Amino acid sequence: MFLRQSLAVAMKDLRSELRTKESLNSAFAFAAVILILFSFVVDVGDSEILYSMSGGVLWMTFLFSGALILNRSFAREQQNDCLDALLASPLTGSALWFGKALANFILLLAVAAFSFPLFGALYNLTWARSPGWLLLVTLLGSWGISVVGTMFSALTVNLRLRELMLPTLIYPILIPVLMGAIRLTTILISGEPIAGDEWIWLRLLVGFDIIFTSLALLLVEVVLLG
Amino acid sequence: MTVQVDKVWKYFGDFPAVREITLHVEAGACLALLGRNGAGKTTLLRMIAGLSQPSQGDVRLLGKSVRDSEARARIGLLGHGIGVYEELSAFENLRHFANLFGLPQPAAAARQWLERVNLAHVSESPVREFSRGMRQRLAVARAFLHDPGVLLLDEPFTSLDDRAVALLQSLLSGALARGATVIMSTHQLREAMELAMHAALLVRGKLGFFGARPVEMLEDPGWLYRQYGEA
Repeated sequence: MFLRQSLAVAMKDLRSELRTKESLNSAFAFAAVILILFSFVVDVGDSEILYSMSGGVLWMTFLFSGALILNRSFAREQQNDCLDALLASPLTGSALWFGKALANFILLLAVAAFSFPLFGALYNLTWARSPGWLLLVTLLGSWGISVVGTMFSALTVNLRLRELMLPTLIYPILIPVLMGAIRLTTILISGEPIAGDEWIWLRLLVGFDIIFTSLALLLVEVVLLG
Repeated sequence: MTVQVDKVWKYFGDFPAVREITLHVEAGACLALLGRNGAGKTTLLRMIAGLSQPSQGDVRLLGKSVRDSEARARIGLLGHGIGVYEELSAFENLRHFANLFGLPQPAAAARQWLERVNLAHVSESPVREFSRGMRQRLAVARAFLHDPGVLLLDEPFTSLDDRAVALLQSLLSGALARGATVIMSTHQLREAMELAMHAALLVRGKLGFFGARPVEMLEDPGWLYRQYGEA
């Protein structure tokens, strides 16, 4: 029942988003603007500097444009008091949260899929030297952002300044996942293997995802009903 | 008892919106929750629906905690908002809720209810294109979709035309005949009195009256307010 309900919520969110493209279009546009602006800041002729900055530029892009997607996640349920209809149904808070986290994860991956090639074109870099590992890091990092972002989207949904509050609250919590994702993405885009002490970053990403997913599943009912 | 509300208080900050209310409603009963604006009707209904926790006291549905999934699977809620998604079609909305309630054939249930509320001809249209009355009928279908045992309705007759009022009254009569419990807050006393055999009057968060509907209300729906409410 948990999975059926979660999938129903995820499918509903994705269907709504694909129909309106409210947050997806703005996230794509914002990602493009960030990448273009960063390209003015750095010397695109210096490939060594570019490779060393690649992870940071990409994950800042995912994070900033991802906030637009996360902000809409629970705000979508305020229209017509849909959240009340959901909470009065047998849908558990954890199934609701998990479904929304899944939908946000897919939308964040769409932003990543849009940003990687644009980044390669704008900065004239070969970014897909280790596609398998890069995909794994992107999946782990995006899930971490989605987990924390969806939880705080529920927490901030009734605040007047939620567009500001959500990023203010989630960015400090996401520092570990960002550190790991940035470091690993930089290594992989530079064409180096993950070796030696660098494995700690991958373990950090996996650990962060497991811990915060478990915490969210345990606490979301309290967050939704107080 | 299907619905048990025991010594329930609800505070918003220091303000007690609901004060020590005790209500017991049996299966198959229809209770009209009456009171002036701000009397605490919606707050009480939200606590019965499990959308808000009482500050003190206890609410139980069918002998279970109101947050128990089994209890919630039996609730049909029609609140102030219609509880459907504007960008989805009428069919997609009902199928979504049928999935959440674990109905065996969600699509068939959605289609059947669209027929019953006379929205089959616009089943694939997005809700944002619907008139107010059509939205309200869709909300009614959402609330009745899973054959609920407890119907909680907040101002259900508001913005309905005469045909829609008749439809809702016939659906409620059918539900009562099957043994469902109905609690509705309303200001439209004439419509409510056709169904409600019990009445509760809230006065500034307190229970002013609770019991069988007085016969005087059939002739004069405002009788209860004058007798037990504030002047």
